[in-house]
Amino acid sequence: MSTEAKNAAPGAGPSQAGRDPLGGSTGVPAGRGAGEWPLWEVFVRSRAGLDHKHCGSLHAADAKMAVQMAREVYTRRQEGSSIWVVRSDQIVASDPGDKDMFFDPAEDKVYRHPTFYKLPAEVDHM
Amino acid sequence: MNGSIQLQHTPTVEYLLRLGDTTLILGQRLGEWCGHAPILEEDIALTNMALDLIGQTRALFTRIGELAGDGKKEVLSEDQIAFLREERDYRNLTIVELPRGDFAFTILRNLMVSTWLKLHWERLLHSSDAELAGIAGKALKEARYHQEHAADWLLRLAGGTEESRRRTEAALAELWRFVPEMFESDAVDAAAEGARLGPARADLLEPWEAEIAAVFAEAGLTAPAPSKFRSTATQGVHTEYMGYILAEMQHLQRAYPGGVW
Repeated sequence: MSTEAKNAAPGAGPSQAGRDPLGGSTGVPAGRGAGEWPLWEVFVRSRAGLDHKHCGSLHAADAKMAVQMAREVYTRRQEGSSIWVVRSDQIVASDPGDKDMFFDPAEDKVYRHPTFYKLPAEVDHM
Repeated sequence: MNGSIQLQHTPTVEYLLRLGDTTLILGQRLGEWCGHAPILEEDIALTNMALDLIGQTRALFTRIGELAGDGKKEVLSEDQIAFLREERDYRNLTIVELPRGDFAFTILRNLMVSTWLKLHWERLLHSSDAELAGIAGKALKEARYHQEHAADWLLRLAGGTEESRRRTEAALAELWRFVPEMFESDAVDAAAEGARLGPARADLLEPWEAEIAAVFAEAGLTAPAPSKFRSTATQGVHTEYMGYILAEMQHLQRAYPGGVW
């Protein structure tokens, strides 16, 4: 599901996007350091039918190089059958400061979970 | 056990050694990049390709061991074939025994040799030797990746900075002398072709030149004129570098005969 990928990305996405992999936070968007290759987020699908999952990031000069390097770094133990890469600075993420405002209001709305319905026994796993 | 072995250099064994020794020595050379590549991901990529090549070598040497043992005597193991021969009994292309050079040199050599290997594997899929055809099926995928990896990098290096361009052109000037040997057919090739074991090297020249020319055109590189120089490692007459590689590769097996992990 795409939502899962989106949720997975910000974990490494926005916080990492402004981080120089060689030392601390620079506040500079990824790949804007002098002469530095841009940062790419890597998503790998382990099998057909499953979703692409965020598995890390790497620096590469262009998209093709990013895919090739992701293949070397993230699929060498048969982890993957498909790779997506996306420029880290192209990911739009929610602001961690908005966390309370965004997500807490859902806390007291348990009725949104479909746990109040009686399921027929024939419907096995739901 | 630590004494050198002698293979029966039948035309079939000779033909397979040209492939297997080439993948063995190139694998060794690529392995030398471990810890030295310009970036971490390339370190992994180059050593990963080294392992592909060693894997291909193992399969070829296992086959050679069966054939050279003639089914009667003891079958020679892949380790014996890799580590217990004298220098003159190795049949790799000269180009793969040259020192690893800089990154541009390694990339250009990989492009030249992986294309050569890929063209072999494509044809060996239809070899009369079913074992060899099986090896080719697996190796072809690996060689295609090696070729693409090298071609991608060559474009970046040739079109990169002044420095990368200069190094790429220097590598081209240095390596082009070793092309004629890659496509010189002889009695071994004729026998292989006759037995439908595999292609004669001369027949691979045209497709090789076409594939290389396509990459060079995109990279804005011009192939030098054909060299009159003839390298001779496939005949068993090696460059001065070969002894050093073998010393490094063989000293453990020679010092601790039959040693395993």
